[in-house]
Amino acid sequence: MGIIEAILLSVITAATPLVLAAAGELVAERSGVLNLGVEGMMIMGAVSAFAATQITGSPYVGILAGVAAGLLFALFFGFLTLTLVANQVATGLALTLLGLGVSGMLGESFLGMQGIKLQPIAIPLLSEVPFLGPLLFRQDAIFYLSIAIVAGIHWFLFRSRAGLKLRAVGDSHASAHALGVDVIRIRYLAVLFGGACAGLAGAQLSLVYTPQWVENMSAGRGWIALALVVFASWRPWRVVAGGYLFGAVSISQLHAQAFGIGIPSQFLSSLPYVATIVVLILISHNRRMTLINTPASLGKPFVPER
Amino acid sequence: MRIELEKRAKVSTLFSVLSPFIAFALTIVFGGIMFALLGKSPVTALYSFFVEPLIEVWSLHELAIKAAPLILIGVGLSVCFRSNNWNIGAEGQFIMGAIAGSILPVVFYDWQSPLVLPLMMLFGMIGGALFAAIPAFLKAHMNTNEILTSLMLVYVAQLFLDWLVRGPWRNPQGMNFPETRTFGPDAILPEMLASGRTHWGFAFAIIAAVLVWFMMRYTLRGFEITVLGQSERAGRFAGFSSRKMIWFSMLFSGALAGLAGIAEVSGAIQQLRPVISPGYGFTAIIVAFLGRLNPLGIVAAGLVLALTYLGGEAAQLSIGVSDKVTRVFQGLLLFFVLSCDTLIHYRIRLVWERFAVAKTDEAH
Repeated sequence: MGIIEAILLSVITAATPLVLAAAGELVAERSGVLNLGVEGMMIMGAVSAFAATQITGSPYVGILAGVAAGLLFALFFGFLTLTLVANQVATGLALTLLGLGVSGMLGESFLGMQGIKLQPIAIPLLSEVPFLGPLLFRQDAIFYLSIAIVAGIHWFLFRSRAGLKLRAVGDSHASAHALGVDVIRIRYLAVLFGGACAGLAGAQLSLVYTPQWVENMSAGRGWIALALVVFASWRPWRVVAGGYLFGAVSISQLHAQAFGIGIPSQFLSSLPYVATIVVLILISHNRRMTLINTPASLGKPFVPER
Repeated sequence: MRIELEKRAKVSTLFSVLSPFIAFALTIVFGGIMFALLGKSPVTALYSFFVEPLIEVWSLHELAIKAAPLILIGVGLSVCFRSNNWNIGAEGQFIMGAIAGSILPVVFYDWQSPLVLPLMMLFGMIGGALFAAIPAFLKAHMNTNEILTSLMLVYVAQLFLDWLVRGPWRNPQGMNFPETRTFGPDAILPEMLASGRTHWGFAFAIIAAVLVWFMMRYTLRGFEITVLGQSERAGRFAGFSSRKMIWFSMLFSGALAGLAGIAEVSGAIQQLRPVISPGYGFTAIIVAFLGRLNPLGIVAAGLVLALTYLGGEAAQLSIGVSDKVTRVFQGLLLFFVLSCDTLIHYRIRLVWERFAVAKTDEAH
């Protein structure tokens, strides 16, 4: 395998959790809910997936556990922000802080354990294609899922009736409510979907990216995923493009070190965060474009009139 | 069964006062359940977590030392949050304040003068404010979301500190440990009381809280903060500029976080290390909300959250649970604070499905 293939493979592995978490958050935000707790749901997914894999020996059970943990945390978030109309920004922060705390406690007994890596599945015929085969068709299940989920979200949002309702709720919850759409129900489902995706992204971290448990191993990826949604102007396929761009930036530090480039490692490690800021500036400085793309009810609480 | 909210005609004063207490009580109950699940006696565990740190003089001093940065940062954040600017990068501003304030004792360590300490505090505030100026500029002039930029800058600040103490600022006589030289006697924030370690950082925190309380209550600036936070449109009609408010609130909270940073380093650690904060900048967000964004409430909330740090350490020693319990308690507390705040604006009703159906029929 050539060096280019190796680099591209590592880009894909680094990008998959970003794509997954951002895709899930995109659906939640399209429904008008800003969940800043992605980082918390992701780290809970990572620790639960790792623990369940260690206990049962099967990384697939681990994946399920990761998704379940993401769902559970998303449910907490939904209950506070949708049922009790608590402030979404503050509740998202609470979710992240709680996730970092609970995962640290649950994961303590798994620190330093040898992980079980999720094995790739070769797709017959396609995996034999030169260059693209090993890159795209000899991957693990979570990678395939990430692409399927993005395609599914695209179809759902722009081709299905339910997706139209979800977008309507995100753009004007009052009008959607007046038309008889159950705003709260749709938002709950969207938030739960976002949580499941973030949990899956976390499972990828502890089962594929670095198959072990390290405290705070999500290292801000949940926040980068939030920025990716803005970068993608709330369009699913652009999340993939952005995710791969960020994946490339974040692994560039490893390769730069391998090539012996004399930049302190701390500066290279800060690249993804600096890149996020730069990208956010480029995307949002055009006030009108931002206004057109952003779901109009994003972050606004809804209490049905009775 | 369903939960329905009914908007109160006016804000409930009773629940504005009670809600932090209800939240704290719920946290204790859930904490007890958590300890029971961990196989510990809830009563002993809660006692060693919340009471033990309060019965000895030295640990009361530790409480004040930990509360000082939390209150300073929390008070600054309350101004930000009230004006609807979401600076969540106080952790980064804390670190940059500590670095800027340490220039004198680390680089110009030869210079000894009573001026060193005040200048360090000043540099710390400037360092924190300048670092907060980045998200402020980006929000005010480039329309960039301050939540994400201020948070990303935390990672940048942490890595920058890591590079400094392992690279250019490493102590030449330090056996290669990643730390700077220890500060000279002129650069150390003195202790306040004869009975223990509490340094002047705690006094700074109390003074800041009282000043901000006065500003919010009696000055035009305080009114401007509240109006712009509640409705930008209304603020514009009153002639207030939301752009200037972004600058003011971000720089102000950055300066206080920076002061907290240099006070912590100069008073408690007395050198720079790769990690100088157990997440004070993030915990201060909880402090601000638990204190209901009121500076005097924040003083009390800062002491409570400082207690969770000490409680974690105490519980680890006496009953052998992980000190990670601290973060869980802090997260739970914020969760319950936010849920209980609903009671201030809404009446909560439980609706049983059967009853709800009957009511709908009536309406037809």
